[in-house]
Amino acid sequence: MSLLSVENLRVTFPTRQGPSEVVRGVTFELGRERLGIVGESGSGKSQTGRAILGLTPPPGKATADRLEFDGIDLRNASARTWRSLRGSRMSMVMQDPKYSLNPVMTIGRQLIEALRYSGGGAAKAEAMAMLEAVQIRDPERVFRAYPHELSGGMGQRAMIAMMLVTKPDLLIADEPTSALDVTVQVEVLRILDGLVRDRGMGLIFISHDLRLVSSFCDRVLVMYAGRVVEELDARDLSKAQHPYTRGLMNCLPKIDDDQRPLPVLERDAAWLE
Amino acid sequence: MAGVNDKVAKLEARDLDVTFRSGRDVVRAVRGTSFAVAEGESFGIVGESGSGKSTVLRAICGLAPVSGGTIKLDGRDLPNPRDAAFYRQVQMVFQDPYASLHPRHTIDGVLSEPLAIHGFDNREERIEKALTDVGLGSDFRFRFPHQLSGGQRQRVAIARALILEPSVLLLDEPTSALDASIQAEVLNLLDGLRSARGLTYVMVSHDLAVVAHMCDRLVVMQHGRQVEELTRAALQAHRAETDYTRQLLAASEGYTPA
Repeated sequence: MSLLSVENLRVTFPTRQGPSEVVRGVTFELGRERLGIVGESGSGKSQTGRAILGLTPPPGKATADRLEFDGIDLRNASARTWRSLRGSRMSMVMQDPKYSLNPVMTIGRQLIEALRYSGGGAAKAEAMAMLEAVQIRDPERVFRAYPHELSGGMGQRAMIAMMLVTKPDLLIADEPTSALDVTVQVEVLRILDGLVRDRGMGLIFISHDLRLVSSFCDRVLVMYAGRVVEELDARDLSKAQHPYTRGLMNCLPKIDDDQRPLPVLERDAAWLE
Repeated sequence: MAGVNDKVAKLEARDLDVTFRSGRDVVRAVRGTSFAVAEGESFGIVGESGSGKSTVLRAICGLAPVSGGTIKLDGRDLPNPRDAAFYRQVQMVFQDPYASLHPRHTIDGVLSEPLAIHGFDNREERIEKALTDVGLGSDFRFRFPHQLSGGQRQRVAIARALILEPSVLLLDEPTSALDASIQAEVLNLLDGLRSARGLTYVMVSHDLAVVAHMCDRLVVMQHGRQVEELTRAALQAHRAETDYTRQLLAASEGYTPA
């Protein structure tokens, strides 16, 4: 049975020139797997992730024919239903820890707040265990630290700890490693990978990096101008059919292949249809 | 250093140290980096955040305090502060085209300012030509940066650097703020300009693949120190000497399960 099913998801923002549709009919099913959503800026990949959590920023509006998480209809979910889901059953890791952590609260307090306890021995122990699970070497210090006292990689791991401490069934990770150095990036991906494997979590991994997504995820959705133009198994990426996917793959410089000039992506107006 | 012993290097740094001080805090951002770049060569500096790679470029430009070592252009020590003649020769393109262009100056303003400072003639034609050279039409001339996409802005930044006809371009992560398809266009543009004009490039990036594509030779930096120097051929053959470079190489190929 699928964990999340999305059918004909649309996100619209009003503009002076009339409504602008940034997500145009996205449909997919997610099981307990790693699903990648790839696209360039403005493709609607982040808005898709936000809409699933009911986080479309006003005045934007999200509509869908079906939006179900574990059998719960999310389309007209009450505030109470959202409270019982967000954080505890489905959560989201944002791109930049600098803007997503509370700057005036210690990491420890934010973790315990996520656990929704008033604070106490058990909650602290659990929070510390989570910090260790995301490979933070000195969890005691990080627990007491404020976000500005941590490096980018540490902050990102602390944020992942915060999202995972409640053991969600679904994690939406929006460019979780783009602000990190490549060597740290690998560590963070290992953590996410382990959680999918050991805990059977469903993961939506949103990224602009096709090479990374294809090596990390099981399945990939390629988005262009608000639509999914291609869906394929990650290992079949080299056999992609859509010219946009192929163009994206080819325009990346490769270390062992010295092609110049680099092939440039020619956009076709027909892709918008 | 390979290939540059026979003649004077275009740009040379020897035992370069950059130290930032604030109160009692001392940060040694660059420690003893040495390299020489031949005329017409494209040289890369790779490293992660905090490795000091951008600081090296800023030190060459006179934007960071050099606390030790020497930097030479055409075999001559650089004046401190750098003079106008230096900036005629050496120009820099910054990482973020959203931050490096003045939001309230038109493209025309951005491009005419260096011409005015250096007393160039034929400004009209030079501006038109600079825009054409980077693949923007002259209809972009009176727009503001916010009316341009990221890739177009970076093209303006490149036009701004090239309008003085310098011989050396310092490129600080010129494509890391851009989408992959736009990155390809900007890299092709830079590559084409270099071969057409015989420019010398020093390019900094965290992306090994980008540097391998653009540069003949590169150094890898970590914690302010130079870890390894490689040629493009050595990189393509995965002949890395140090663990750190091997790690970077592995990471550039995507995710591999432990």
